[in-house]
Order: sequence, then structure tokens, then C-alpha cells
Amino acid sequence: MIAEIDISLIDWSRAQFALTAFYHWLFVPLTLGLGIVQAVMETLYYKTGDEFWKKTAKFWMKLFGINFAIGVATGLILEFEFGTNWSNYSWFVGDIFGAPLAIEGVVAFFMEATFIAVMFFGWNKVSKGFHLASTWLTIAGATISAFWILVANGWMQYPAGMNFNPDVVRNEMKDFWEVAFSPVALNKFFHTVLSGWIIGAMFVAGISSWYLLRKREIKFALASIKVAVVFGLIACFLSVWTGDGSAAQVAEKQPMKLAAMEGLYEGGNGVNLVGIGILNPSKEEYNDDKDPFLFKIDVPIPKFLSYLSFGKFNAYVPGIKNILDGGYQLPNGDVALSAQEKIERGKIAVSALSNYHLAKADSALYANNADSIKNVLAAEIVINSEELTSENGDVYQAPTVDELYAAKKAEIQSKIADARKQIFANINYFGYGYIKEPKDLIPPVGLTFYAFRVMIILGGFLLLLFALSTYLSFKNKFETKRWLQWTCLISIFLAIFAGQAGWVVAEVGRQPWAIQDILPTSAAISQLTASSVKLTFFIFLALFTVLLIAELKILISAIKKGPQINEQ
Amino acid sequence: MDATYTFLQHYWWLLVSLLGALLVFLLFVQGGQSLLFTIGKNQKQQKMLLNSTGRKWEFTFTTLVTFGGAFFASFPLFYSTSFGGAYWVWILILLCFVLQAVSYEYQAKHGNLLGKKTYQIFLLINGILGPVLLGAAVGTFFNGANFVVEKQNLTNIANPVISSWTSAWGGLEAAFVIWNVLLGLAVFFLSRVLALLYFVNNINDDEIQKKSRKQLIIETVLFLVFFLTFFVHLLVQQGYAVNPETKIVSLEPYKYLHNFLQMPVVLVVLLLGVVGVLFGIGKTILSATWKKGIWFAGTGTVLTVLALLLCAGWNNTAYYPSLTNIQSSLTIGNSCSSLFTLKTMAYVSILIPLVLAYIVYAWRALDIHKITSKEMEEENEHTY
Repeated sequence: MIAEIDISLIDWSRAQFALTAFYHWLFVPLTLGLGIVQAVMETLYYKTGDEFWKKTAKFWMKLFGINFAIGVATGLILEFEFGTNWSNYSWFVGDIFGAPLAIEGVVAFFMEATFIAVMFFGWNKVSKGFHLASTWLTIAGATISAFWILVANGWMQYPAGMNFNPDVVRNEMKDFWEVAFSPVALNKFFHTVLSGWIIGAMFVAGISSWYLLRKREIKFALASIKVAVVFGLIACFLSVWTGDGSAAQVAEKQPMKLAAMEGLYEGGNGVNLVGIGILNPSKEEYNDDKDPFLFKIDVPIPKFLSYLSFGKFNAYVPGIKNILDGGYQLPNGDVALSAQEKIERGKIAVSALSNYHLAKADSALYANNADSIKNVLAAEIVINSEELTSENGDVYQAPTVDELYAAKKAEIQSKIADARKQIFANINYFGYGYIKEPKDLIPPVGLTFYAFRVMIILGGFLLLLFALSTYLSFKNKFETKRWLQWTCLISIFLAIFAGQAGWVVAEVGRQPWAIQDILPTSAAISQLTASSVKLTFFIFLALFTVLLIAELKILISAIKKGPQINEQ
Repeated sequence: MDATYTFLQHYWWLLVSLLGALLVFLLFVQGGQSLLFTIGKNQKQQKMLLNSTGRKWEFTFTTLVTFGGAFFASFPLFYSTSFGGAYWVWILILLCFVLQAVSYEYQAKHGNLLGKKTYQIFLLINGILGPVLLGAAVGTFFNGANFVVEKQNLTNIANPVISSWTSAWGGLEAAFVIWNVLLGLAVFFLSRVLALLYFVNNINDDEIQKKSRKQLIIETVLFLVFFLTFFVHLLVQQGYAVNPETKIVSLEPYKYLHNFLQMPVVLVVLLLGVVGVLFGIGKTILSATWKKGIWFAGTGTVLTVLALLLCAGWNNTAYYPSLTNIQSSLTIGNSCSSLFTLKTMAYVSILIPLVLAYIVYAWRALDIHKITSKEMEEENEHTY
């Protein structure tokens, strides 16, 4: 048996999950975005009866199909990894977390699986209308599945709608709607799906641009670009809006993540938003008073971070040091506790839970063995009463066995009640009980800070690119702008990179929590050996990488072959 | 409240069992993969076989995912204990399904890096390992596994792990129990039987028809040998009974036989299932033109597996016995979700008939057109 959880086990378990999620998110956004583009094209075919749109839709579906399977495969692994690598997590919150996963399977995956077969193989077998419906239902299934898994992820960032049950040592759902429609979940869903739409749109615009650069498939390419850039532009605008909402939620629910995103150690009122910057690598402690930046340029709107976070230019935004030291006023008016205080309260909750179970065990012992316990008590009474009478001659009324038994039982009951009270008085800090020292609550600042900048800057760039491309393609000038075609082609990778960076912000920024404030990753894992997880990490790495290379080669080969639509 | 809770525990065990039963039926896709080179003697035949089961692979895969999700939502302690403990078994299952997910599509495409044959071998690996491992894993429902569950461990800050595995083999030790292996092999040969019946139904090609019907006899004999040995042993073996009052788990001789006798409805389901499977196979072997075997044997498979899984979890039985500490054994009562969650999910389950209905509708719409060599030769159409 392992006596203590190995740190490297936690790290390898995290690495394995991150690896799977990283690969998963290479493929899924393309499914989400490309799915809509091809459905729009098939709808144009349905409306106009023009074979050109059918062939166009079919070509993008071919690329969709190549990409689809590996997203499914990595998704399967992600789902099961909650059990294999995060076994404690699965029990501790499975009562809440399992539900969206099951719903995802029942309502989304079957829809996707059923209609994708019709979409691919049904062209000559079912009616035009049924086929079109199948194409839309395939992407609807994919999108609904994204909704439920993001509900699950949103709940980890902002746990709501549950109660702790000390008897079975887990959190239990008490309000389904609070879980399913938590503002964080909704925002996460829209922001994430929109990022998928952007990637899908960029993919279509980029690949089509490649045809223009090669002077092939001109009609197909220009038509595809028109659909894609409009779609991409809409997605970009909506994404800015949901991103803004997301930042405000992070400010409220996960202030540490926001502080890391901004490299903000000392907060205050009216804080500026960092535009670009380089963090100071020699800053080693959160309270060493070294400047966190070697260089930075703020966004020219003053106090913008305060405004984005709380809607007021003078609002207080805590930095990392403030959050750990506590003492400032929270948006709800309370005074923030220091990290040390939270850790102590967490430890009280954890040890009260232990006492609760010890007392419960005693209680069960008393209930199940009443007779033998009473015999022991009777013997004690005899000894006590002998001593009492022999010393001063007075005869005391010794308590009866039943009285003594009842008193002992009452004592145990009051221990249970006390422990319960202490658990619930400190339950909001339960997870802090597993944190060793305050600085363990700081996520990796560098990774979070830079990833956030990458996401924002690339997102802004893509918005401008889509706006310009939309303008030029509707002015029929896209075909001649080779530099723009090159930019679109290269931007496929930038869009994917931006999406990955977004996930890094969301997931690295919330460390050390598996579930915010409730369970840190160190208490969420399975009891495995670090070497087992290390081995599976490298197996997955090798497998996914080979499959990724294979996918890219197949995609490139299919793109080179092209849709082969006769030029008119 | 207690009666509702108990009812919902049974209801969810029924649903999880039904998903498991559907999964075993859908393993005909894997069975087909394992027969790719046995039935398909040339590239054209192999292409027809691949397109026959290949257009259904997502159903098997989705059922596996949903089976996992439903188990997670309804019996999370199983999810955490078995997946985190029998680590290597589940990882192997996952790996071989990952191979499957990409292989149908990739093997048919140009520039696929590893070559057509490699992906077809991946399908073969999934076709063999998938059913064998899943079958053996289900075997542990009857024969037990090596774990302990101690919920108070969460208060041990240095090592707060609730479920721990007590074998260093991470679940692979189940392969040393002959009865698990027998069930794994039975599921494997059943998947091949079902695949042959599906080929007979789905592919309009004389040679494949003839070969499938011939191969069916061999596969059926092997299936029956392994399954009957497992099943007879099941009826005479000890089982893990839970006292409904004290919740104490103890060994009971002939427990599973008792379960069937004490739950006559489950026994009837089992018998109907067995008759369905045997009828579907038998008539296909006897008649050279009858093609509906898959529907009888498929329905029979669902009913049989359903009855077996109900026997594992209902009637005060521990469905995941612990060999290390019998009191750690999982029952539908001690491993389930809260009343609230089971109830909420029960509302969601109302959607299941709708889902089944559109699956049947879409499946029929496609399968009404059989696989032909002509379709395989068409250019510009999506084929595997």
C-alpha cells in the first residue's frame, strides 16, 4: 500500500488528462464549425436544387468525416479518465457530475451517431429532405454534446446546486437546473462552441484560399469563402461578447484565476488591463515585493480591468497577494478571509468529518451490541459502588445500567451533532483542508498570463481578418488578393492555437482545484503508481501523435484531390 | 421515500443492464471485424464486409460511451472503484476502441500513413480484444475483484483515496480466473455469430452468403461450449448475497440459481432470450434463403444478457463483489447516486424510447438498400 500520495502521480495524472483534452480539442472544434458550414451549403442545395452546392457540401463533409472519428476516440478516453485517473473525484461529486455525462450520451451522442450514418451513406437512399435533416441533426447532436460536457466543466469551475452529505462522504445534487443552467455553464458553452465555429470557418476559408492560390476550383473556393467568412465574422463578434461575460464571471467566482491571467499581485481600485507584457522570471514568491513585470503596456483605456470585471471603473480587483492575505471587501460586502484562515477552516471541516464517522461508528456499536455493553457498564457500577460505600460509609444511589447506557448514548449523539455542526460551518472551505500552504493556491502565473494574451490577441486578429475578408469577398475582390489568401491559409493554425490557449487559461488558471474550493487535484486522484500513469501517458502520446499525422496526411491528400467540380 | 429510493435503484440497474445488453448485441460490429480475413477472401469482399459493419460502428461506440455515462450517473462508486482500480483492463479496452474509431475511415483513404492493411489489423485487434475484455470484465460481476472501499479515508489528508485496488496487476488478474475468461470467449464467439447473421442479412453477395452460413456452424459450436460451461458454473457457484436489513454481505451457495428461481420474470426473459438466439441461428443454418436470423438472435442476445445482468444486481445481490473484503462489495444500494439524482435521471430516461425509435427509423432507411458489389464500385460516394 502507498502510505502517502506521490506528487508525481498527481502531475502525471494531470498531464495525461491535459494531453487527451489537448488532442480532443484539435479535432472537436473543426467538427462543430465545419458541421454548420456544410449544413448551410446543403441547405442552399436543397433550396436552389443547384448540384454545385451539393458537390460543395459533399467535399466539406468528406473532410468532416476524416476529422470526426478521432474526436470521438479521444472523447471516449476523456470520459473514462474521470474514473481511471480521478477515482476520488468520481465518487466525491459523481452524484452531480455523472448526470450531464449520461444525458450527453442519451440525448446527444446517439443523435450524432444515428444521423451521421445517414449523412454519409444516405445520399442515394433517403429523400433530399430527410438527408438535409440528418445533416443538421448530426451537427445538432455534436453541439448538444458540447453543451452537456461544458455544463460539467462549468460546474467544476463554479460548483452550484449541491449539498454535502457527510454520511456517504460526497456532494449530492439538490437542484438540477442550477447545475444545468448555471451562468458559468451557459457562458462556457457559447464561448467554446463559438470558438469552434471560428476554427471551422477559418478552416474553410483557409483551404479555399489555397485553391485560389493554386488557381484551382475557383468557383467552389469563392462560394465556400463567402459562406465561411460571414459565419466566422458572426462567430467572432459573439465570441467577444461571451468572452467579456466569461471574464466577469471569472472575476466574481475565480478571482485567483483572474489575477493570474493579469499577472496581478497587488490589486486595488481602478486597475488597468495589461495589453502586452513580459513577466519577471526572478519573481519567486508572491510576497517578495519584486515587480512582476520586466515590461508591460496597458490597454489604453484606463481602469479597464476593473470595468470589465465588475462594470465599474473604480471597482476593487484583488491581486494574488491580496487574495492570499485577505482583509479586503468582497463584492457581497463580506471581508475576505486570508488563505491561512481558509486552510484552517478546511482542516476543521475535514477533521470534523472524521470525528463524525468515529462517533457514528460508536453509535452503531452501541445500537448493535447493547447487551454486552450493558454488561460492561454493570461491572463498572459494581466497582464504583463498592468504592463509594467503603470510603465514607454513606450509601450513594449508583446510576442504573440503563441510565448509564442512555447517558453514554446521549454523549455519542451530541458528538455526532457537534461534528455535523462543525462540518457545515466550514463546508465552503472543505477543499482548503488539503492545501499545505497558502502559496499552493497560486496557479502557474506565466502560463495563464501568456495563454490569455495569445487568445485575446489572436482572437482580435481573426475578427479583423474575417471583417476584411467579408468585405472583399462581397466586393468580388478576394480572388485577386494573394496576400490575404496566404493570411487565411496560415490563420487556420492561429485559430486552432487561440482555441488551445483559451483552454489553458480556463484549466491551468484554476489550479490547484479540480472543483473550485471543494476538491484540489491532490485529493481527486486514483490510487495508482506514478509509473503506471506515466506509461499510459506515453502510450497515448505516441498513439495520438501517429493518428494525428495520419489524419493530416489523409486530409492533405483529400484536399489536393479537391472537390473536382467542373469549372463553368 | 425508502421505497422510492429502492425502486429507483432497481430501475437504474435495469437501464444500465439494458444498455449493457444492447452493447453486447452491437458487438456484432466487432465480430465482423474479427472475421474480416476469414470471410473476405479478396479486396472486394473485404470492402463489402467493412461497409456492412462499418456503417454501424458508431452505434456500438456510442452505446459503450453511454453505458459508461449512465453507470457514472447512477452508480458512481462502481465508476470510481472499478475504473480507477482495474486500470489496465479499462485502458486496454479504451485503446482498442480508439483504434477502431479511426480505422474504418482511414483504411479507405489515400495517404493514410500506416497503410490499408495496418488499419484493417487494428480493426481485427479491436474485433478480438473488445468482446473478450468486455466479457471478462463483466465476469468479475459474478466472480469478484480485488478492492477495498473506505469512504472515511477522505479525511486522511496525506492519502485521501476512497477506493483502492489490492492487486498489483491493475485488473489484469481477472484473466487468471477461468470463469471470467470463459465469459470473455463466449461474448467473443457470440459477436462473431451475430456478425455472420448480419452479413447474411445485409450483404447481397452469393459467395459471402454461402461462406457466412458455413462459418456460422463453427462459431455457434464454440459459442455454446464456452457459454454453457460458464452458465452451468454460474448456476452452481456461490454468490454474494446482501442482507436487506443489516446490509451485510455474505456468501450464499447457489445464489444465482436462487435469483433466477426467485425472480421468475427474469428467468422467463432469460429463456426467451436463449430460444431467440438458438432459433435465429438454427433457422439460418437450416434454410439457405432465410435472412432474418440477426433479428431473432439479436433480440435474444439482448434478453439473455439483460437477464444475466439483472441476476447480478437484483434480488439483494452484490453486483461487484470484493474478494479482499467482502463488506466492501458494491450493491445497487451502497454504490448508487442520491435519490434526487436517480429521480432526475429517471425523467431523462423517458427520452430513451424516442432515441430508440429514431435509431430504428434511420437504421431501416439505410438498411433497406443492401450492400452490393455495385455500390462499392461507385465513384464519388462515401464508402469505407
